[in-house]
Order: sequence, then C-alpha cells, then structure tokens
Amino acid sequence: MRRAAVVESLKAALAPGNLLTAPAALAPFETDGLTAIRQRPWLVALPENVDEVRTVLKVCREHGVAVVTRGAGTGLSGGARPLADGVLLTLTKMNRILEVDVASCTARVEPGVVNLKITEAAAPHGLYYAPDPSSQIACSIGGNIAENSGGVHCLKYGLTLHNVLGITVQTIDGEELVLGGKTLDAPGYDMMAAMIGSEGMLGVVTEAVVKLLPTPLAKRVLLAAFDDIRRAGDAVSAIIRGGIVPAGLEMMDALAIQAAEDFAHAGYPRDAAAVLLCELDGDEAEADADAARVQAILADAGAKEIRLARSEVEQEAFWRGRKSAFPAAGRLAPDYYCMDGTIPRRELGVVLEDIAALSRRHGLPVANVFHAGDGNLHPLILFDSSKPGETERAEAFGGDILKRCVAAGGTVTGEHGVGVEKLNEMCVQFGAGEIEQFHRLKAAFDPAGLMNPGKAIPTLARCSELGGMHVRGGALPHPELERF
Amino acid sequence: MAAGCDSAASLAAAVAEANHAGRELYLRGGDSKAHLTGCGPSAPLSTRGHTGIVDYRPDELVVTARCGTSLRELSTALAAEGQMLPFDPPRFGGGGTFGGAVAAGFSGPGRPWLGATRDAVLGANIVNGTGQRLAFGGQVLKNVAGYDVSRLMVGAFGTLGLLLEVTVRVQPRPEAVATLASACSAEAAAGTCQRLLRQPLPVTATCHVDGVLRVRVAGSEAGVRRACEALPLDIEEEGDAFFDAVRDHAHPFFADVAAADVAAAEAAADHAGTPHAAAAEAGPTLWRLSLPRGALFTEAGALVEWAGAQAWWRTALDAEQVQARAQALGGFAAPFHGGWPKRSASVRAAMQRIKAAFDPNGILNPHVMDDAH
Repeated sequence: MRRAAVVESLKAALAPGNLLTAPAALAPFETDGLTAIRQRPWLVALPENVDEVRTVLKVCREHGVAVVTRGAGTGLSGGARPLADGVLLTLTKMNRILEVDVASCTARVEPGVVNLKITEAAAPHGLYYAPDPSSQIACSIGGNIAENSGGVHCLKYGLTLHNVLGITVQTIDGEELVLGGKTLDAPGYDMMAAMIGSEGMLGVVTEAVVKLLPTPLAKRVLLAAFDDIRRAGDAVSAIIRGGIVPAGLEMMDALAIQAAEDFAHAGYPRDAAAVLLCELDGDEAEADADAARVQAILADAGAKEIRLARSEVEQEAFWRGRKSAFPAAGRLAPDYYCMDGTIPRRELGVVLEDIAALSRRHGLPVANVFHAGDGNLHPLILFDSSKPGETERAEAFGGDILKRCVAAGGTVTGEHGVGVEKLNEMCVQFGAGEIEQFHRLKAAFDPAGLMNPGKAIPTLARCSELGGMHVRGGALPHPELERF
Repeated sequence: MAAGCDSAASLAAAVAEANHAGRELYLRGGDSKAHLTGCGPSAPLSTRGHTGIVDYRPDELVVTARCGTSLRELSTALAAEGQMLPFDPPRFGGGGTFGGAVAAGFSGPGRPWLGATRDAVLGANIVNGTGQRLAFGGQVLKNVAGYDVSRLMVGAFGTLGLLLEVTVRVQPRPEAVATLASACSAEAAAGTCQRLLRQPLPVTATCHVDGVLRVRVAGSEAGVRRACEALPLDIEEEGDAFFDAVRDHAHPFFADVAAADVAAAEAAADHAGTPHAAAAEAGPTLWRLSLPRGALFTEAGALVEWAGAQAWWRTALDAEQVQARAQALGGFAAPFHGGWPKRSASVRAAMQRIKAAFDPNGILNPHVMDDAH
C-alpha cells in the first residue's frame, strides 16, 4: 500500500522513464561493487536534474521512506546497497560537465559524471583532474565524493577532499547547501569536509566544482625487486625520508607478482619476494634527478634489481602488472576478499610479516597489492566459498588484519569506506563517545535518519553486542553478511 | 619527544564544569588573533599550558603536537629535520600557537600549490562542549572511517571543540627557494597568474602589490634555476623573506590599516564585544576577498596573492559595495579585523545545528564566528 502511494507520487513528479518499478528493471541495481551483498531495491529513481532530486527527497520525507543514493555502483563496501523498503536514488543521468573554466582551473560537473571524463574534458587545456581511483573509467564524481576516493597518485596529489573546491548538497529536509565554489575557502564551517566521505548519510550532492591541475611534463617509472618483503617495506620509508614525494609508490608481494605475470605478462621478476613501483613526475630534468636519487635509495635499501622504464610503452608495461593484480588474483582462487586497512609506513614491514603469519594460522593464502606510499594495504584473501567454513575463515582472517591495522596506529578503511562491510570494525576503532558524536552530527543533517540508514556508523548496541562476542570468540563474525 | 606539559585532563574538566554551570568560555591560545575574533564577555580558558610535540616521525611526514605548542617551537623542530608545515600558517606579531593556527585555519602564501590547513590535518583529539574527550582521524594519510570531524574543526575557531592535540602532514623543505619580481599592472599580473596555474612549474606563491608582481619558486636547485629562466620576470630577490612578511601581515601594506583596525576593534570590544561596526567608522577597512584563482581583481590599494584567489583591500567603500565586487568575480569578502563572511540562510541554519551537535549548551566561544552584526 505504502509502495503504491510512493510510486504514485514519484510518477507524477518525475519525467517518464525516470522511475523503475518492475522487478526486471530493478535487478541490475541489486548490488554495488561489493557483489556478495544483494538486495532487490524497492524502487529506483533516476532523476535528470536537481529539481527531480529535490522532489524524490520530498516525497520520501513525506512518506517516511529511506533513501539510498547511488552513483555508478562501483563502491567496494556496500555503501550503495539498496533497501527492501527504500528508494534507490541513482544519479547516473545527471552526467553533464557544466563548465571547464580555464581561467580558474576548475570544472563544474554534475554528480553522475564519470571520473575520467573530467580529465578528458580538461586535457585540451593541458589540465587534468588528479584523483584516479582504479575504477576511474566507470566510477562517478558523486560516488568519489561520498567515499573520499583516492587512487595511485594520491600520495602527491591528494584524495578527493583535496581536489574538490565546492559542492551543492540537497538535504532530506529540503534545504540546499552551497558549500564552497571556485574559491579556495568558504564562509562558515568547513561542512564540505564533513560531507566528503560521508557515504550518502548526510545529503545528496547535486553539483561539484573540482580543481584542475597542469598535466606534468614528464614522468619516470622505476621497478625494484626485493628478496625480502620487510626490506621492501623499509625502502618505502627510506624514499619518503629522502625528501622525495613520488607521484605513485606501489608494492606487490610474491603471490601477487606471480599472479600478475601469469595474467598480464608485464615482465616482473617472478622470483622476487616483493616488487616496488615508483613513479616520479615534474619537468624532464627534475624527473630525471628524482629518479636517480630514488635508484640510489633503492640500491642502499637492498633491492636486488632496479629497472627504469626507457619508454612510455615500458612505463605502461610496468603499470599493467599492478593494474591487473585484482583480476589476476581472481584467477588464483574461486573467491577473494579485498581488505583496505591503512597503517603508518614505518609499520609496513612488520605488519606484512604478521599478515603472513595470520595467513598460515587461518589456512588461507593472501596476496598483497597495495598503495605503499600512503600505507594503504589491500590484502586479497583467497578462498573458495563452496568449501564449508572457508567463507567464515576468510572473514575472521580479514577481521584480524584490520584489528592489526588499528593496533599499528592505522585505520580499518583507507579508501573503500565503511558501508555495510566494516561496521563491526568501526567498533574496534572508535569508542562510544566518538560514535555518539558521529550520530549527533548525522542528526544535524538528517534528524529522521532517512539517508542511507544502517551504513557507515554502527549503533552503540551493535558495538556492545560485538564486545560480548569478542570475549567469547576473539574474532569478528559477520553473521548477517553473506559475503563471497 | 613528549617534552612539554599534558594538561588535557584539566582542560576537559574545565569545559565540563563550565558546561554544567552554563558558563561561556573563550578559548585562548597565543592571543595572536584575538584582535580578529573578539571574545565577548566569555571567561577565558587558556590552552597555553598544554604543550609539547607528542610524536614526530620525519620518515612518516607526520607530526602530532599539543594545542598550546608555539608555532615557533614547532617550526624549529620541523626545520631541524629539513621539514615544514605545508600550510605555512601566519604568525601575526611573530606569535601564535599550533592549536590557534588549526582552529583559525588560515593558510600562508603557498595555499593554492601546497594546500590549506585543513588539507594537512589528519587527526584531532578534542574536548567537545560537554567536556568529553574524543579522538578523530589518526596519523595516516588515507582514512575514511567515520565522518571527517578533525577537518570540520579547522576554521571553526574553537566553536565546536577545544583542540587538545592535532596531527598534521608535514613536507620536506625545498632545497632551493627564489623570489622573482617584475613591475607590472594588476591586469598583467592576473594574466601571468592565469598562465602560471596552467604550467607545471614549481611556483609556490605569487603576490602583486604597489605595481610589482612577485613569484616564489621552490624545489631542487636545478629546478628553481630552470623555472627562473622560464618565468617572464626579470629581477631576482634573495630568499623568500618578502612572502614571510606578507604571510604575517608584517609587510608595510598591512601596517597602518591594521593598527587602526585593531585600535578601533579593541575600543569597540571594550564596550560591546562587537568590533566590526566601530572599525568601519575609523577609516579605510582592511577587507579580505576570497576569489577564484586567476581572478581579475584590479582595484587600486589592493594586495593580491594566491594567484588571484586571495586579495587584501583597504577601502572606505561600504560593505555592500565591497561584497558586490567580490561577488561579481565569483567570490566573497569580509572585513578581516572583527568581521565574518556572510553565509546563506541554509548554511547558517546548518551551522547552528552542527554547533548544537558538538556544544549543546553553546558555551564554547559563543561570540566568535557570529555574523549576526
């Protein structure tokens, strides 16, 4: 009955084709990038403009219906998982680049614009949009803002939050907040900081102004192989300590190297315990000077082989192995579970050894592919969900890794977000006081709790239940989640 | 490393007690920005006793320090390791605390290239308005667990919480720095800045004042040398003392107007705690304009930095006229001494709700950031 009333209100307000109600039409929206968690949405709204977004929010508010905002659906933590009794507000039709302003080096875009399209639009002016998540050919800027997405170049060029100058936000109560713009700061509180990375819990971004940077004149890519993963981890710190901020600094361990070689034939040394990829940019002379310094540091750190890509083709080959690591890992086992903890760089070596020990204890292999420069680990736990007990073991292993990250002074999610996936781990990272403060901040934007309910921030009840389970099992089970 | 003095417990207790008693507090650091904010009748709570660098790992490019640590002490410690605060906060009168710098969120001349204060903040331990000690963010660059409360604190001038200690990203000091200068009109300077924004040169500051454009370049010796040759400016000056003076408002441009504003602000604050109105009557007001990068702001009597994104303008024009100029260029303006930029009704309402979420009884700096007058 309630659904019929909401459908009627939305149908009257949205242009034809912008509301999906038939089961077959809803099916493609059952999941985001965390594909193990599926839920057929109640309804899907596909607004074409800000007025339609406001109308959807108004109808939902009036009917007390929850709203889940979705971009391209590439998120990895289930942040855009639909609700059985809520509207999925999908912004892919709002995909226009409204303006590229060369004078101020900014672009004004709608939330559904695909990340890479911004750079394509800016390129004729010698400019680009820096954050480049691996999914940049598909992910949308609105989703990037919701997750504060990173990418391989964020060590030098920052995360989404460093590259967005303004956003226009619609709240569930019908307010429009214009936060920032083409200027470098804005009157009042830095609400944009609270909005970026808030996983659709506070409002809906309907427009963004992003910063464009000049395309670097030159880049150099180095590949270094190590016999020992700890030494590779220490080399990462040594590069940073040497006063160099590489554009990218990535690492892969033995299992990941072999998988990538089998898959992409990038020419990585198959017998290495770890491979480091280091990209340096600037003008020609500066890139050369930095590359020479990094080569010396890598040699000092005990690299057994150091290669400098001699051409753009070879640079691409070096990167191809890294970029194909995830699909390559997919061929090692029927299932993999990708973790996303971040640790201080100095802990890289020791935490990687601990992950190897945990791997032996849980009896599951793990391949490590990660953003070493910013300490962002992506251990890929390999398992077979068709074998009894393996899924649970993979989850327990993942939980242990994230607890280890927190113990090392890090965090349970570096860039994939909390979504529905890491709610329990949030209870490990934060105390009751912080979690209550998060809930009060949410209520300042969404007093009725209609925006993406049940995501990102756990309830205190959930955390205290989990505390009880801690004492009994010492592990972090996820009974309600069906994963991989 | 943890030299200094840990007064976190007593600061939290003082806030809790004030909250219980319904007593307003004015959070006071080094007093270097007191003339900008006004304090109203609130009782001061000094953060100067909470000092020390808690953790500094040069190879992590991260430092954690207590709020009462002086900016001078912190910068000296970083310089000893060849590092610096990327946001290069102003030190008005040479003073200022780390907590005050983060709370105000002002950024130095390198802002468009090196980032703002909030860009560098990674985590903060705070006391909220009920006296709770809370920890947000951390020491790592990438962290998306929970809302980004630590960055929300930047520029909130202590109205949402007392910053006990803050972790920020630091960066290597450049090997070489040079300042180039050339006489040119404001229009020509704006054009040059627009072109600089589109060139991948190691520029880290620009400033046009008194008919001269200056550009700071920083990086490797060779990189700076090449940039100096590539830039269309002809005179080379020693080091970057000029930009330090602009940053701290020690440049002569700021001298007399600042003194007049401060005197008027102080006189007014003594009476009503609302310095802005009196300052406006005292003569030319110093306005800060926040504009898009590359903006063509060409008024006489202005100092324009940040590749056009920040302009300082001494003018006797009334507020509506100044704000209209800024708006025409896509920006906004406010008097720097004792004024706050106008906010839209929806932003104001949201700010009040956020304030209530952190400080339900409104006891933390209640007369700061108040744009009602």
